[in-house]
Amino acid sequence: MADLTWRPAPRSRLTAASPPRAPKWRLLPSATVLAVVALVVVVVPLVVELNEQYVDLTLANRPPSAAHLFGTDELGRDVLLRCVYALRVSLTVGLVAAVISAVVGTAVGALAGAIGGWFDRLLMRLVDTIASVPHLLLGIVIVAVLRPSLTAVVVSIALTHWLTAARIVRSEVLSLRSRPFIDAAIVGGASRTQVLTRHLLPNVAPQVLLATTLMVPHAVWHETALSFLGLGLPPHAASVGNMINDAQRSLLTGGWWMSLAPGLLLVVTTLAISGVSGVWRDRLNPKRRTELTW
Amino acid sequence: MTRSIARMALRRLAFAVPVLLVVSFALFVLAKASPFDPVERYFGVRIIGASPERVAQLRENWGVDEPVVAQYWAWLRHAVTGDLGDSLSLQQPVSEVIGDRLGWTVLLVSVGFTLALLLGLLLGTLAAWRQGSWLDRLVTGGCYTLEAAPVFWVGLAVLYVFALQLRWLPGGGVTTGSDPVSVGGVAVHMVLPVTVLAISQAPWFVLFVRQNLLESFTQDHVVGARARGLPDHLVVSGHALRTSLLPFLTLLGARLPELITGALLVETVFSWPGIARATVEAALNVDFALLGALTVMATGVVLFGNLLADVLYALADPRVALDG
Repeated sequence: MADLTWRPAPRSRLTAASPPRAPKWRLLPSATVLAVVALVVVVVPLVVELNEQYVDLTLANRPPSAAHLFGTDELGRDVLLRCVYALRVSLTVGLVAAVISAVVGTAVGALAGAIGGWFDRLLMRLVDTIASVPHLLLGIVIVAVLRPSLTAVVVSIALTHWLTAARIVRSEVLSLRSRPFIDAAIVGGASRTQVLTRHLLPNVAPQVLLATTLMVPHAVWHETALSFLGLGLPPHAASVGNMINDAQRSLLTGGWWMSLAPGLLLVVTTLAISGVSGVWRDRLNPKRRTELTW
Repeated sequence: MTRSIARMALRRLAFAVPVLLVVSFALFVLAKASPFDPVERYFGVRIIGASPERVAQLRENWGVDEPVVAQYWAWLRHAVTGDLGDSLSLQQPVSEVIGDRLGWTVLLVSVGFTLALLLGLLLGTLAAWRQGSWLDRLVTGGCYTLEAAPVFWVGLAVLYVFALQLRWLPGGGVTTGSDPVSVGGVAVHMVLPVTVLAISQAPWFVLFVRQNLLESFTQDHVVGARARGLPDHLVVSGHALRTSLLPFLTLLGARLPELITGALLVETVFSWPGIARATVEAALNVDFALLGALTVMATGVVLFGNLLADVLYALADPRVALDG
């Protein structure tokens, strides 16, 4: 006699993607970290001055302690304070470069989308072409032409990062162009420029802002990589990349804290930026919500 | 079917040629626009004592005063025969510089890429299968952190822990001391750089596989398989994974530029004898013959990788429209 009593089926875990946790939960920690980082980076340099020339060999190469949370470097400078200054340099470079790439990208994308035809194809072929050169290599070439400097690094980031913004703006403009309110504006006698500036650009602005925010970590990463290779910022404007590059030598003598601190700060800051922009992206593009869930 | 794939491949190859020409010409113009004169560069400080005739002779021979287009045409004519000019910084023909180093980079990149793929498939599948578990949280959290960490920083950390503190594995170069290059020696020296390159690239693959699997769990054929009572592991490996792997192929092509970038940085950390050192030297010394050749080459690799990914995709999924 077969056992016919009903048993619940063993629980399977093969379910669809569970809805992402409430944005608040994801937003709060990232936003807090980001606010603290921003505050520290802005306020600390105003209060405590960093003397790059300062040398105190009696304090050199101290591991982390209560007086120096991240220890001191080979010249006796406080690593944490240098990190704060370096992070300020890195974030400024990243922010400026991201804004420049967003402006260039928006201009190219909007023109390509609004004018269309062969002009659009030409510009998009150009975007494809630049996209097929590895970013860091292209950046290295630009730095080689302009010689390592702050300008060279910013130009190098801007010229390699505007492609994403251009693609986003173009596709947004293309989809907006066929909407009734654009037709209405044209029927109402609006000129091309008016349609572009009054109707198209304001509607792509949120996506551009989001793309710019998402670009900041990339830009910071690019700058850090260039500086690490010795092709980035000069030593007196040390960024996180310079610091990690300097710290390489100390690793051999056991000074791990000089490499740990700048990298750790960078990771925390980057995670906070992606956390905040991730929530923002989910609000803007609900369909893509699952892409970056925590 | 195969014919239309071949036609697509040919069309894409035909597109790659103008791209490479544009990239190389743009690099050429950039090199000309830089304020550095290759002849002055060649002489260095000796230019003060050099006879003007000799300088003029060299300018004439190198053709540096000719129009850019003429110079580019001369370069291109030589480049197609394999003569890429001489590297000023390393005092060697560019083809020799690249030939000596490329093998090492290819070795590092190919093994690292394969490892990253395997890690991505394994961890991505596990994370999706056990969605919401501590394993899933650990894997996804780790991936986001690794995505945020610069690869050279991870490399330095690994170098410090495993090569300098624990002394388990060598942390630089491909040989120890003056040992000759041997297969076993290289294999041991490869472990750390390959691992770092792989774990720095794996997060994208892990998150991609996980996401696609989660989406495929709602598809009819997966639901059907589960309704027939097939065990979870069969449904995941036989039904869900199969269909969700298709877009994975395009990701392989799309990640190539990042892979090359990552390899450059990993090589620098681990003193790997590949093209990274030469690239940095070339940039610092404004050695455009070498830098340009390396950049054009990397672009070619990226274009070819994308083509390969698309061909594989078309072979794997007959529904793909080929005339895009």
